Amino acid sequence: MFKKFSREDVHSRSNVKSSVQRTLKSKLIAQYPQLEEVIDELVPKKSHFELIKCEDKIQLYTVDREVCFFQNFDELIPTLKFVHKFPQAFPTVQVDRGAIKFVLSGANIMCPGLTSPGANLPDAPGLPEGSLVIVNAENKENALAVGRLLMSTEDIKSINKGHGVELLHYLGDCLWNFSIE
Amino acid sequence: MPLKHVVYCEVCSYPPEYCEFTGKVKRCKVWLRDADRQLYAKLYDEADLEGATAKLAESSIGGEREEKLEKDLLKLQAKQESKEQRELAKKLSSKVVIKREARTKRKCMIAISGLEVFEIDMKKLAKTFASKFATGCSVSKNAEKKDEIIVQGDVMDEVEAYIHALLEEKGLKEVKVEKIDNQKKKKKPTTTTPGAQN
Repeated sequence: MFKKFSREDVHSRSNVKSSVQRTLKSKLIAQYPQLEEVIDELVPKKSHFELIKCEDKIQLYTVDREVCFFQNFDELIPTLKFVHKFPQAFPTVQVDRGAIKFVLSGANIMCPGLTSPGANLPDAPGLPEGSLVIVNAENKENALAVGRLLMSTEDIKSINKGHGVELLHYLGDCLWNFSIE
Repeated sequence: MPLKHVVYCEVCSYPPEYCEFTGKVKRCKVWLRDADRQLYAKLYDEADLEGATAKLAESSIGGEREEKLEKDLLKLQAKQESKEQRELAKKLSSKVVIKREARTKRKCMIAISGLEVFEIDMKKLAKTFASKFATGCSVSKNAEKKDEIIVQGDVMDEVEAYIHALLEEKGLKEVKVEKIDNQKKKKKPTTTTPGAQN
């Protein structure tokens, strides 16, 4: 989504009302219940909260000048900087070492990269198709991408062919390097 | 539960454990050694001590693939290095042109071009000039369809000094800054030529 993205794609920038901030926060918590205990630290009450509307109906939300999450349709998608601060709250899949290189250049993740010995998928019943996942890598602490499952994790295990995760945001893409100033 | 604080590499902006995939790993290593000894030891020293063979054995994707990956990473690194060198050479060979253009009467303006190579944000610089010199300052396209900064008023020397400082900050001291003076010199010739005839 952010392979090509620059300041020229920004249409408007505006502050977010505190009431809207509240609904956004509760929406985040609804999506990721574990965030509840740290949400006030992640998004402080007195922070500078901004909404940046961009090309292709992408909306970025920034907290104190750092993009924290973005929205394409309905779902709020956290950025990697946000994920790194509190990774426990998000459903995670793990890829093997061989796949890191391709993920960092923005490729969708293929099923074999998710099922090989170095990789890891959540146990059954797993995650349904279309859910957001954080992509972690073998022997690494921090996440390297955010993606959406193209088939359920159980299907990935059984079919083991084709695209498994659609990549939305990864280390080194334009959103990672994006700064508002 | 406390928030996790992740250190980011200042060279490639990734968390340090991913530095090896950027092709800038040499510079990343130097940075990390100074910035965070502990993490450096954890990430690099262990690997060096155990040697490549141990790494191959514990790698789960098989020795062959690991080897290939290693090779690819080296290739990427070489590519990145040559690219950086090329860019540096390009930067050193290009120059900044500061031009004085005459307007009506005793007024003139300064046009600065050739800055885009050095990754300087023209709009931002124009803004700083505008507030620094208290004049109008804007970014516009010149005859060759390249961006240039136009400053209203005779501030050539100040602009030159500022740009020198800016380039030095980026470690590009050797870059040439060329000055072109297009001021009308009508008065002098008219006064000197009659004198020469007499």
